Amino acid sequence: MAEAFGAAELEAVVPRLRRYARALTGTREAADDLTQDALERAWQKRALWQPGTDLRAWMFTIMHNVFVTGTRKGRPTVSLDDLAVEDNRPAAGTSVETGIVLGELARSLEMLPGEQREVLLLVGLEQFSYAEASEMLGVPIGTVMSRLSRARERLRLLLEAGGVGSERPAALRRVK
Amino acid sequence: MNMPPTEELLHAYVDNALTDEERREVERWLAQDAEAAQRVRAYLEQNIALHSLFDPVLAEPHALNVATPRRAANASRWFALAATLILGIGIGFAWRGWQAGPSGPVTIAREAALAHVAYVPEVRHPVEVTAAEEKHLVAWLSKRLDAPLRAPSLVSHGYQLLGGRLLPPTSRRDPAPLALLMYENAQGKRLSLLVKREANNAETSFRFSEDQGARVFYWIDGPFGYALAGDIDRDELQKIARGVYQQLNP
Repeated sequence: MAEAFGAAELEAVVPRLRRYARALTGTREAADDLTQDALERAWQKRALWQPGTDLRAWMFTIMHNVFVTGTRKGRPTVSLDDLAVEDNRPAAGTSVETGIVLGELARSLEMLPGEQREVLLLVGLEQFSYAEASEMLGVPIGTVMSRLSRARERLRLLLEAGGVGSERPAALRRVK
Repeated sequence: MNMPPTEELLHAYVDNALTDEERREVERWLAQDAEAAQRVRAYLEQNIALHSLFDPVLAEPHALNVATPRRAANASRWFALAATLILGIGIGFAWRGWQAGPSGPVTIAREAALAHVAYVPEVRHPVEVTAAEEKHLVAWLSKRLDAPLRAPSLVSHGYQLLGGRLLPPTSRRDPAPLALLMYENAQGKRLSLLVKREANNAETSFRFSEDQGARVFYWIDGPFGYALAGDIDRDELQKIARGVYQQLNP
């Protein structure tokens, strides 16, 4: 028991888990549900963690599993309808270096299939290696690469189209 | 480079996963393939913009329960508090709203299991006052529990006293603080002994429970309730619990 991780070690991973969860789910509420469930599962299974290995990578693996099986509140992923009404995404603005409008990036990200979004974020945002992402997701590296390739290209086209207004289903345009 | 770089090589370039030589090759190619260069630039910009969009989350305060064994409300409050203590932010705040379950021996067994699971994994701060200051520790805890406390010696069982800490009361109905003594053997296994003032001055037999992955023997003896928790063999734990009991009742 002495060699297992404690709350302090787990706490150190939380900011990055939350960042990833926010990017993955789109809203603060869904992200915190996902993170909370992942933390609880990790705590229950902490005896299974191999001391000396990367706790952060282990936590991301758990979060992936929670994400695909659904959080306990029973949402496998956040539906686009939820996002339309909850509209509490990260602050809007424009990325100075790239000229990308951040609100458009957030909406475009939501248009990607979950499995592509996961790879794009694990690699592009969280800077895990392809091998680490492959291990976390339980898929071969080739699959990681093809998902990454499709995700980036799709995102590029969405952003070039000037956001996703033209692609959003009619249901999302309704006004509260 | 005669052949255009593979799609994989382009992404590995974006993700900085190439050797210097591979990177130079890709750059040579990109210099003559405007379409590929534009795509690569777009992918690089995606990474930058993702950071602009989501890095602010890193600095946000959060209200998550970091070390929560299960969703049971009582347990999660307990662990929210434990996490707070470990971070040194403060004591006893979240605690006040906590409503205890059934009082008496069942409660102390649960409190002991939770305390054990919360503090035993702590490498640096398992205790507030170390055994080096045992006299001070015992005097302090006795004062706070408002009854003379003793720290039993478990040396004959191979466990040294590490020290102890004060835990805040677990409910409004039961405002007495709790004392936690921690022991460690040569292999680093830890036992914790929770001591609590019991209002009804009863006496009970040894009881056993298993909770949160910790085994607990608990009993009430006069003004105190005791609970010895550990993740060791049940018979061994019982033997040590008997040793504690005998020392406290010579």
